[in-house]
Amino acid sequence: MSDTSTWDPSKPILEIENLSISFFTRLREIPAVMDFSCTVMPGEAMGLVGESGCGKSTVALAVMRDLGKNGRIVGGSIRFKGRDLTRMSDEDLRHIRGSEIAMIYQEPMASLNPAMRIGAQLAEVPMIHEGMAKDEAWALARQIVADVRLPDPDRILRAYPHQLSGGQQQRIVIAMALMSKPALLILDEPTTALDVTVEAGIVDLVKDLGAKYGTSMLFISHNLGLVLDVCDRLCVMYSGEAVETGAVADVFDRMQHPYTQALFRSIPLPGADKNARPLISIPGNFPLPHERPPGCNFGPRCSYFAKGLCDAAEVPMVRVAGHDRHDTRCLRVAEIDWQAAPAARAGQGRSEIGPVVLKMDDVKKYYEVSGGMFGGGARKVVKANETLSFEAHEGETLAIVGESGCGKSTFAKVLMGLETATSGRIMLYDRDIQNTPIEKRSTETVSGVQMVFQNPFDTLNPSMTVGRQIIRALEIFGQGKDDKERADRMLELLDVVKLPRAFAERMPRQLSGGQKQRVGIARAFAGGAKIVVADEPVSALDVSVQAAVTDLLMEIQRKNRTTLLFISHDLSIVRYLSDRVMVMYLGHVVELGTTDQVFAPPYHPYTEALLSAVPIADTRVEKKRIVLEGDIPSAMNPPPGCPFQTRCRWKARVSPAGLCEREMPPMRVLAGGHQIKCHLSDTELASMEPVIKIAAE
Amino acid sequence: MLKFLARRLLLLLLSAVCITFVIFFLTNLQPNLRKVAKFEAGSRISDAEVTSWLQKNGYDRPFAVRYGEWLGVVPGWTGTNDEGAPVGRCIHAGADPASAPRYCGILQGDWGTSSVFKDSVGKIVATRLGLTGILMFWVMVTMVPISLAIGILAGMREGSRLDRALSTLSIASTSTPEYVSGVVLIVLFASSMTGLKWFKGSAASAMDGITFENFFLPVATIALYGIGYIARMTRASMTEVMTAQYIRTARLKGVSFRNVVLRHALRNALIAPFTVIMLQFPWLLNGVVITETLFNYKGFGWTLVQAAGNNDIQLLLGCSVCAVFVVLVTQLISDIGYAFLNPRIRIG
Repeated sequence: MSDTSTWDPSKPILEIENLSISFFTRLREIPAVMDFSCTVMPGEAMGLVGESGCGKSTVALAVMRDLGKNGRIVGGSIRFKGRDLTRMSDEDLRHIRGSEIAMIYQEPMASLNPAMRIGAQLAEVPMIHEGMAKDEAWALARQIVADVRLPDPDRILRAYPHQLSGGQQQRIVIAMALMSKPALLILDEPTTALDVTVEAGIVDLVKDLGAKYGTSMLFISHNLGLVLDVCDRLCVMYSGEAVETGAVADVFDRMQHPYTQALFRSIPLPGADKNARPLISIPGNFPLPHERPPGCNFGPRCSYFAKGLCDAAEVPMVRVAGHDRHDTRCLRVAEIDWQAAPAARAGQGRSEIGPVVLKMDDVKKYYEVSGGMFGGGARKVVKANETLSFEAHEGETLAIVGESGCGKSTFAKVLMGLETATSGRIMLYDRDIQNTPIEKRSTETVSGVQMVFQNPFDTLNPSMTVGRQIIRALEIFGQGKDDKERADRMLELLDVVKLPRAFAERMPRQLSGGQKQRVGIARAFAGGAKIVVADEPVSALDVSVQAAVTDLLMEIQRKNRTTLLFISHDLSIVRYLSDRVMVMYLGHVVELGTTDQVFAPPYHPYTEALLSAVPIADTRVEKKRIVLEGDIPSAMNPPPGCPFQTRCRWKARVSPAGLCEREMPPMRVLAGGHQIKCHLSDTELASMEPVIKIAAE
Repeated sequence: MLKFLARRLLLLLLSAVCITFVIFFLTNLQPNLRKVAKFEAGSRISDAEVTSWLQKNGYDRPFAVRYGEWLGVVPGWTGTNDEGAPVGRCIHAGADPASAPRYCGILQGDWGTSSVFKDSVGKIVATRLGLTGILMFWVMVTMVPISLAIGILAGMREGSRLDRALSTLSIASTSTPEYVSGVVLIVLFASSMTGLKWFKGSAASAMDGITFENFFLPVATIALYGIGYIARMTRASMTEVMTAQYIRTARLKGVSFRNVVLRHALRNALIAPFTVIMLQFPWLLNGVVITETLFNYKGFGWTLVQAAGNNDIQLLLGCSVCAVFVVLVTQLISDIGYAFLNPRIRIG
């Protein structure tokens, strides 16, 4: 289609040289990306890694030349197949977009047109670029939909986006990108909005398709584990600059930049332990684009910072000797001993687990939903929670793990009293609270059971100062005799969550995500909460901030002997900080045990798949790849028998055959109080191999 | 779908009953009835005469019974007049009392008699509503396409010069009330002041036959106000859609700007203004009151003014029933149309 004749396939497909991008506001020019260079060879997968705001998505959009009204490329060049994209006319760009460079986006639901059928959106691509006839284009769309492993392509082509699940939508976005066999595929956090098992499927698909079509990829992610899975090379970005670039193996194992090193030390890898080997968070905050320090941007947060050297002048990229195309933006690269173990932080003694404070016994929560839009139709029952039984002890961290739709949020709502249980008992100390909605709970109960929410951006009132919000919580919890006392208590709480006291006067919009989450934690602990439900408290935060917030939660827990119910889908962090783990699937608890029991065989088949799906940013780890087929069944129409039987790979080994479809397996108690809800025989369970193996060093 | 329709129709009837009940109650308050008596029997009659007049004309019976009669679910009252001849709700002047029906309410199609026009209310409302319908039709025909076009053009490139010009225009037009724009239009185009006299300042002749000359000004007066309003809504919706991620997807698929607007943005951008457009029907029904009076076009609005001004209870009730039905039916249509525009909504 385009003049590929002038381009030699042995040359890089994408060459970005000294690219600088700025956004222009009325006040000032804000540099978003400075002096960025990277090269993608044909068939190569290049990872772009960094925290939010580091400019990785801006680079991707610059390649597409879609920076909006305010963004402008102020320097450097982007050469695609030898042609400079920065100088190309709009008309020429239009021919390249979608046909030679295609993009896959973060939120599949938002990136599909809600009012157009899937087929029309797919067929549009070849119709524009190749002038293909409509029938032919639809036929091609059907073939590509089958290629991205979607069942029943004909139905899907006729469907509207909202009729598909998140994973299916993302496959459609991928299909759309592949419609005209692009030479370069840009993936902007393609799996961030998806569940881990779905993510694993998408990642597999992307890798296979990349190999099949020989497509080069620019893979943008904040998840180092995913980058390890998908990419050949990667480029780490910090505050608008590339700080390190090289082959994945080099950067992971022989990193040459302090930021990369700090990043790896702040993520929970297997072997990290909250007591013995705690995570090391990166001190300080990400600099705002107009407040970047002189010299090295990472300088103020770097433990190798040398005054007079690092803050003297702009730091250039330098080649690391002896490595394959490995560059770093550090002046002290030769002086630093990269293999040195981090300065050991004082490990904490394991805190004692106390008596039972919360006991759930056979709790069920059913919702009745009406079929039609106006309340008619057959009534359906959504079984959000089924036979939920467990105990939580004082000072313990109990992790509740499962994918979206497994009932973990419903469980939290029932515990908090936002909903009442359909049946069963919830005992808080010696009080029954299952039928008491939150309005009727005593102040003591309400302040004793609190919640830290997932999204700190939405859970603070935007028009109230931070201090006022905490004082408001204190008022509601009946803390303090007068305003003066409460104001003092509020300042103490800010100390506890390690925020400067001056923050009391700030508005939430002036805080970063991690700081907001600290305010959320302060609010939850305002009434001396005994049980805190933390609903994915760090999943909306950047990796380097995650470690600090997790640490803070642990510290407060140790001091107050709080019971922490940690709801998460991120098994790495669960493994790092929890004492016991409860795995949920479709409203059922399928496995419950100590962290070691759950993370080692025997597994429940679902836990096994979940573990294998989690990307781990460690080159030493060998994982068994188990990709679950299909989607989670609807809770409105659960499969008969075992809830997991539709996707279970062990089903054939259960005797008698068909037992899984007929009967709900009983909760079996194995050695050490490890509970598994499965029909598999003891010998089959014993034959399971560990999913994650750390290769011997 | 059928179930949905049945449910909505039921809802429609229920609302109609509720609303007419309220209006019936308000128009049948004691002081109002006394005013009616004085209007009918002479304004200088004594209080005793008023009471006796009310009694003779069946106004002294319980309120609920009279509402039932008006609806046609309770038999109409009967009695005798001063001469001993039988009279009653269902016995019309000059008709044979023996053949009069037992029930006569709106359910039987008897809407009563207007005291102002001395004619059956059903007939008056039908003709007047017809005239207003013609006016509304032309208003819609001019207003909707123009306002959508303005809104889409303004919204597709937010902040552009075209956007600012069109937005200013629509704000100006929607902030000018009809009684101002109507007068201004008449002065400009139909008076000897400017001498243009392109159009007629009165639409009275339009009741017999519409011409561009006699109908342009009333239509323009109403449409001008609505155009600004709908255009603002469409622009807001369009600018929002244009920043949506799926528009970026389309752009980065290589779709040309023209097709991004026409194929990807338009349908999504029309969802919000559609509701606003459908809400214009009830608004028009009220809006015409001023314009019809101004241009002396004897339609529904004009009739409503006459009925209210002359305390014509039967006519007022008739008008309200009609208004309620027009509102509810257009909203029903709007709900169904909405489901067609927005595939995420399915009527079940």
